[in-house]
Amino acid sequence: MSEYRPPLEDIEFTLHHVADLPAVAKLDGFQHLDPDTVSGILSEAGRFFSEVIAPLNRIGDQQGSVLDENGQVRTPDGFKEAYRKFVEAGWAGAHIPEEYGGGGLPYTVGIVLQEMFKSANMAFSLCPLLTQAAIEALIQHGSEEQRELYLEKLVTGEWAGTMCLTEPHAGSDVGALSTKAVRQDDGTYRITGTKIFITWGDQDLTENIIHLVLARTPGAAPGTKGISMFVVPKYLVNPDGTLGERNDIKIVSLEHKLGIHASPTCVVSFGDSGEGAVGYLIGEEQSGMRYMFTMMNSARIGVGVEGLAITERVYQQSVAYALERVQGREVGAPPTQSTPIVRHPDVRRMLMTMRAYREALRGLLYLTARYLDEERHADTPEERKQAGEMVALLTPITKAWSTDVGVEMASLGIQVHGGVGYIEETGAAQHYRDVRIAPIYEGTNGIQAIDLVMRKLPMGGGEVVERLIAQIDETAAELRQSPALEDFAACLDDGVEAVSEAVDILLSRLQGSPNDALAGATPFLRLFGTVIGGWLLGKAALAAQRQLAAGSGDSPFLEAKIATARFYGEQILPSALGLVDSVKATSEVLFAIPDADLAR
Amino acid sequence: MQVVVCVKQIPDPSGTYTLDPETHFLVRPDEQVLDDTDRYGVEMGLQIAQAHGGSVTLVSMGPKGSMQGIRQALAMGADRAVVVDDADLKGSDALTTAQVLAAAIQRTGFDLVITGTESTDGYSGVVPQMLAELLDVPALTYATEVEARDGKVTINRQTSAGYDVVEASLPAVVSVTAGVVEPRYPTFKGIMDAKKKEVEELTASDLGVDTSLRQRVTAVEPAPEREAGVKIEDDGEAHLKVVELLQQKKVI
Ligand SMILES: Cc1cc2nc3c(=O)[nH]c(=O)nc-3n(C[C@H](O)[C@H](O)[C@H](O)COP(=O)(O)OP(=O)(O)OC[C@H]3O[C@@H](n4cnc5c(N)ncnc54)[C@H](O)[C@@H]3O)c2cc1C
Ligand SMILES: Cc1cc2nc3c(=O)[nH]c(=O)nc-3n(C[C@H](O)[C@H](O)[C@H](O)COP(=O)(O)OP(=O)(O)OC[C@H]3O[C@@H](n4cnc5c(N)ncnc54)[C@H](O)[C@@H]3O)c2cc1C
Repeated sequence: MSEYRPPLEDIEFTLHHVADLPAVAKLDGFQHLDPDTVSGILSEAGRFFSEVIAPLNRIGDQQGSVLDENGQVRTPDGFKEAYRKFVEAGWAGAHIPEEYGGGGLPYTVGIVLQEMFKSANMAFSLCPLLTQAAIEALIQHGSEEQRELYLEKLVTGEWAGTMCLTEPHAGSDVGALSTKAVRQDDGTYRITGTKIFITWGDQDLTENIIHLVLARTPGAAPGTKGISMFVVPKYLVNPDGTLGERNDIKIVSLEHKLGIHASPTCVVSFGDSGEGAVGYLIGEEQSGMRYMFTMMNSARIGVGVEGLAITERVYQQSVAYALERVQGREVGAPPTQSTPIVRHPDVRRMLMTMRAYREALRGLLYLTARYLDEERHADTPEERKQAGEMVALLTPITKAWSTDVGVEMASLGIQVHGGVGYIEETGAAQHYRDVRIAPIYEGTNGIQAIDLVMRKLPMGGGEVVERLIAQIDETAAELRQSPALEDFAACLDDGVEAVSEAVDILLSRLQGSPNDALAGATPFLRLFGTVIGGWLLGKAALAAQRQLAAGSGDSPFLEAKIATARFYGEQILPSALGLVDSVKATSEVLFAIPDADLAR
Repeated sequence: MQVVVCVKQIPDPSGTYTLDPETHFLVRPDEQVLDDTDRYGVEMGLQIAQAHGGSVTLVSMGPKGSMQGIRQALAMGADRAVVVDDADLKGSDALTTAQVLAAAIQRTGFDLVITGTESTDGYSGVVPQMLAELLDVPALTYATEVEARDGKVTINRQTSAGYDVVEASLPAVVSVTAGVVEPRYPTFKGIMDAKKKEVEELTASDLGVDTSLRQRVTAVEPAPEREAGVKIEDDGEAHLKVVELLQQKKVI
């Protein structure tokens, strides 16, 4: 099984030329970020994740986290020690603002740390990812007192956070949840109910766990409107910050699941043995859903990173294997001579597909992160608003397209390995099992597509999506000027046309025939994602050409950038264009067979 | 205690190394990294300075480039660095290297000098001993364990049979093996702070080192191809042949 090697060269290139890190470094608060500093941070972080975290990926899969006889979750061998090092090194809070004790990095750099952690060990990475969500909720909506009490140790990573939304009858429809929260005279609440599928709901890595729980107060409005958000610590925290009593939170069981075995997926019962677990309201009652929305973008982008991270990992592993495995004869080789499979066009196609997608995904993820930084730090309110709209538009694509592609690439990774790919020892199968969750949690990809079509396309009366399409057009025009990329430009043009046509159709359907719009949502998301991917590879290719013309940079690397874009134009973009017809089709055929006959 | 650690920047070992066809010198890109074997020396130095109070100064010779490697060592926690970069030093041999390092160390002042046993790119493995001679202090080499206090340094010196315990009075030069201590990973804060640490840049003439006398590389040949191994078919007696072979090679 091959090791994880942080792809620093491609990471830095994408940061600078696709996500435009220099622009981020001009934002207020990030001016200390010269390229050398970023380079230093990324190379050291890369060493840490590949040397300390990646070696635990296998053992995490094999041992898994388990629930011991005392109702305490035990993580696989080595996780505790590695987590301690992660905290000591200060990586946990690196992209949290300095005023809250973090390292003050922009998310555009923080997302690279996430990527490397997830490539190294996706199951492990979920613990800090959920902690980050809890931190954001507290920063944005917590009271002064709550921030004082909980933030510092969450930011260092000494404590971890969770997100407790899902219940047996409330999955995609969070509004259906029934966990109860009753206010006490002292202003605290008592929480009772059972949450399921709670990631890292318990563990032995941190001395305390801060659960964020969605619950309903007596008489609250039905649906999402009536939901409130609570802080429910595993150990109550005394006013001086020391740990007090154990809260009434019980881990009932752990799920037995396809992948991410090291990540405990818990059934958590609140208030099982008394009046209820002690909880503290965040903000106001019945505003929980609104608070969720403000953290949702970064959590969804964080899951989107998983598609990229696993694509990178399986690409590395597949290339290494294809260079070594000798089988068959390449065209023109002497009859006695076998060749490494990397010489076969079909294997080559698989490798190039992975390569092209990893770079397209990387571009999209980092670019979305940049907009998130601009949303928070740009100079003028107008710039912040515009960036925020881009984040809103791109987030469902970033989450769903990236994770769908991630699953496909992990499958392709197995294919490159042939039979041994299906054998667990090889490690290719684990990536496939691990990444398979990513299209499901944090809002299924179906729900993302609906969000994109029903809520994001109509933003500003369609003006926001038009602004993005105009940017793609601009790059396409530039590409047309370059003889080497002419064909690619033509393909991108077709893509833009297809997207524009699909957008018009969908917008027109939103009023009169929403079911038709819903039917077209998933094909549309795929189409749009694929075209955006082409746009970003085009940007990268143009930047590579500029560097080559200027005689700067490493020419084999730069030429590979151009070749990768050309491959995407020939092999991947065309396959997406037909989706416009799927978008045009109505929901009629989907319902042509009556429900009762589907089972026949 | 004033600890000096010698650290070398080398081209990234995961890439390919190329030699200049004319001078036969290693081509050194702008971006070099800290030699991994020097992380042990830095860690050892930091532990000694932290245990007994004192400072750690890095001394390095070579083209400074982007200084990424030096920053990596500073990020681990060293206090400052002295870098000797001089076009006249290009292609220096081990003795010139040792002279330059000795002069820089002398200028800085030291109680204890720590080096690796051999570098990853040059691996002559003689610089530490030369340094001790030039500084006129004891050389304690191949240390697998180091303790320095009360004006004394004691090491376990790795031998083919096990280890010797060697002791000397300070000041002294100690070369450490990989594994002497586990090098720490730089913290995020350490990386950010490294930017602000003092790096003194010197030339050979600042140090008064004569750069004219040195070896010249007259020819370079590719390493011989590895010969095919011996295949022993197991006819039930193969183990005897294996034993015989190992005896011939004086392994057993
Ligand atoms: C390993 C794992 C970890 C998890 N971690 C957490 C966690 O930490 N915290 C937490 O709160 N939850 C967590 N979850 C829960 C996860 O977020 C939900 O499983 C997910 O939101 C889907 O909900 P569901 O399982 O009820 O599926 P359902 O909502 O029943 O969905 C079933 C299918 O129907 C589709 N569907 C549902 N509603 C619609 C609709 N309106 N329109 C179109 N299609 C629809 C879905 O896309 C899906 O394909 C986790 C789940 C797993 C498996
Ligand atoms: C301007 C300049 C250009 C150079 N160009 C080349 C070149 O083109 N090709 C080439 O091969 N070499 C070049 N050198 C490096 C020089 O040849 C070697 O440093 C020298 O030969 C030492 O040999 P070694 O690495 O085998 O040391 P070893 O004895 O194997 O190293 C043992 C230990 O000594 C210390 N040490 C060794 N060298 C240094 C150093 N330079 N700085 C700090 N600590 C050190 C380290 O702690 C190391 O672990 C250049 C040096 C300079 C100053």
